[in-house]
Amino acid sequence: MDLVTFGVQLLNAIQYGMVLFLVASGLTLVFGILGVINLAHGAFYMLGAYLAYWIAAYTGSFWIAMVAGVAIAFVVGLLLENVFIRRLYGRDHLAQVLLSFGLILVIDEFREIAFGKDVHSVAPPAWLAGSFQLTDNLSYPVYRLAICGFCLIVAALIFLVITRTKIGMIVRAGAENREMTRVLGIKFDVVNRYVFAVGIALAALGGIVIAPISTVFPGMGDGMLILSFVVVVLGGIGSVAGAAVGALLIGLTDTFGKVFFPSVSSILIYVLMAAVLLWRPNGILGRREV
Amino acid sequence: MSNRLMLPISRRALLSGAAGAATLAVAPGLRSPAIAQNAPLKVGLMLPYTGTYAKLGKFIDDGFRLYVEQKGGKLGGREITFVQVDDESKPEAGTDNMNRLVGREKADVVIGTVHSGVAMAMVKVARDTKTLLIIPNAGANDATGPACAPNIFRSSFSNWQPNYPMGKVMFDAGHKNVATITWKYAAGAEQMSAFKEGFTKAGGNVVEDLTLPFPEVEFQALITRIAQLKPDAVHAFFAGGGAVKFVKDYAAAGLGKTIPLYGAGFLTDGTLEAQGAAANGLKTTLHYADNLDNPANVAFLKAFKDKTGNVGDIYAVQGYDAAALLDVGMKAVGGDDKQRDKMIAAMGAAKIDSPRGPLSFNKAHNPIQNIYLREVRNGRNEMVSIAQKDVDDPARGCKLA
Repeated sequence: MDLVTFGVQLLNAIQYGMVLFLVASGLTLVFGILGVINLAHGAFYMLGAYLAYWIAAYTGSFWIAMVAGVAIAFVVGLLLENVFIRRLYGRDHLAQVLLSFGLILVIDEFREIAFGKDVHSVAPPAWLAGSFQLTDNLSYPVYRLAICGFCLIVAALIFLVITRTKIGMIVRAGAENREMTRVLGIKFDVVNRYVFAVGIALAALGGIVIAPISTVFPGMGDGMLILSFVVVVLGGIGSVAGAAVGALLIGLTDTFGKVFFPSVSSILIYVLMAAVLLWRPNGILGRREV
Repeated sequence: MSNRLMLPISRRALLSGAAGAATLAVAPGLRSPAIAQNAPLKVGLMLPYTGTYAKLGKFIDDGFRLYVEQKGGKLGGREITFVQVDDESKPEAGTDNMNRLVGREKADVVIGTVHSGVAMAMVKVARDTKTLLIIPNAGANDATGPACAPNIFRSSFSNWQPNYPMGKVMFDAGHKNVATITWKYAAGAEQMSAFKEGFTKAGGNVVEDLTLPFPEVEFQALITRIAQLKPDAVHAFFAGGGAVKFVKDYAAAGLGKTIPLYGAGFLTDGTLEAQGAAANGLKTTLHYADNLDNPANVAFLKAFKDKTGNVGDIYAVQGYDAAALLDVGMKAVGGDDKQRDKMIAAMGAAKIDSPRGPLSFNKAHNPIQNIYLREVRNGRNEMVSIAQKDVDDPARGCKLA
């Protein structure tokens, strides 16, 4: 493989990793801070993509679709937390798995009623629609690069909020020791609600941002859910930085696996996960349990 | 509306075929009004009514019912009733669902299904119970190969069929070195091996077979690989959401300008709207094209639109032809499906004037049909030429003589 092709594949790998990070970051927040396994994460990813398609078709603007889609997902997240999820804190994982699996079915049925089962596509904003020449015969869509930049911004924002703000402090304290935080009179439960809603909004945001380079179709969330879990487990549950590292590792493994070891590429990321877990059972940046 | 339509099965063709003798023999039976068949014939429709293939299931269902309605609700003079099962495209439930239709529901004939895994489960039950089965989509070569049986018919295609003729088409277009790309699963492997068979026989050389796990849609690494390989052209098999994403990614990478993309018709069928401009000029092969202007297709598309409000497609045609095939059998025995051997003989020798063009069946009961070369223009798969006339699946492994 010549250097140029290697560079292009590296770009592919990083871009794929960025996308994975965007979707997985919400999952790691909900999983790590609330201790809730949300299997419906992929369903919200799909819902975000369908919202992007639907709103963009009506308004003609991808940006309106993006803002409105995220807002809708956020409100839905708040409602769900209030009605269902808050009953699950501290319950065993089976109850959480059952509830969130039920949510998948409900969301899927809603999608079928509201949007049907056709495959759709979403146009990127006009000024990002072009592409530039990479090699003599290969060009690269500008939008894919824009996604990389966008994911970096989102990652920085999440990181800043968690490490530099009061809310972030409460979130970290709650994740560390839920009961003690409550006893100290900190309104941890209110913060929980917003953490969950942000998690859902991030899943939807992932679906919306990816819609123009992917397609919008019924089963699109399933594969993404599994990959997101791999990212979260690999990086360390609850660690946003870990999710970023995990997502990049998977992007690299998947891309170069497909190029160098095509016959086993389907299992490589799972081999990677198993190897990392043997080395660090709590994930690359996961906290060691006491 | 039905009396304005052409009879989908030409009586002359029927008589001139090998079924002629059998048809003549029962002709008096056709005229005598009441034979012992008072109870309606129960047709079991086992199709995906929900899930990824729900739209395909609905179109097959609509196509089948359209034909029966055009015949006044009767095939071969016998009233038809339906019983429906949603197979959800779940292979693990295929055997149970089929057993339910055959056992509890006592379906006389079963029509199904779309998903090859489910269809193979149905084939197994049909072989064990001798139930008459017509497969209206699933393309698994095995169904009319090693697993073929007198009571099993297919009104659609084998995975081999649309791909083999593409080999010669691409070679004749001047593409000597071609890369293939598909999902790594049974259907993908069957389609690609048929293409390679046709392509290498024509004199071409496959430079690399690219695959990715089913149903993954992250194509970027492989598209970069194609750019590096610089083949003369690419032959692809994907379907549904994956097909849309692949076609769009390929166009976005600018590869289409130097390395033309070809594929089996499934790459562009049913999802052209979502593919948009990225699909323009894409050439594919299939046993149907959207603008076939033979009278049977014109009449079919109009009738289908009147009944459902939708534009008919290949899936609707396959459902329609499944009913037409059953009609041939029922006519031959005057509605008495107990005369099984005679009915099957007539169906095997059927010559149907299908919307897709002339349709007959080989010894394994797989369709013999034209495969069309189509090009995407104006958001439709428009016919360019007949890639190969009367394509007959080799039916490897079938012991029926």
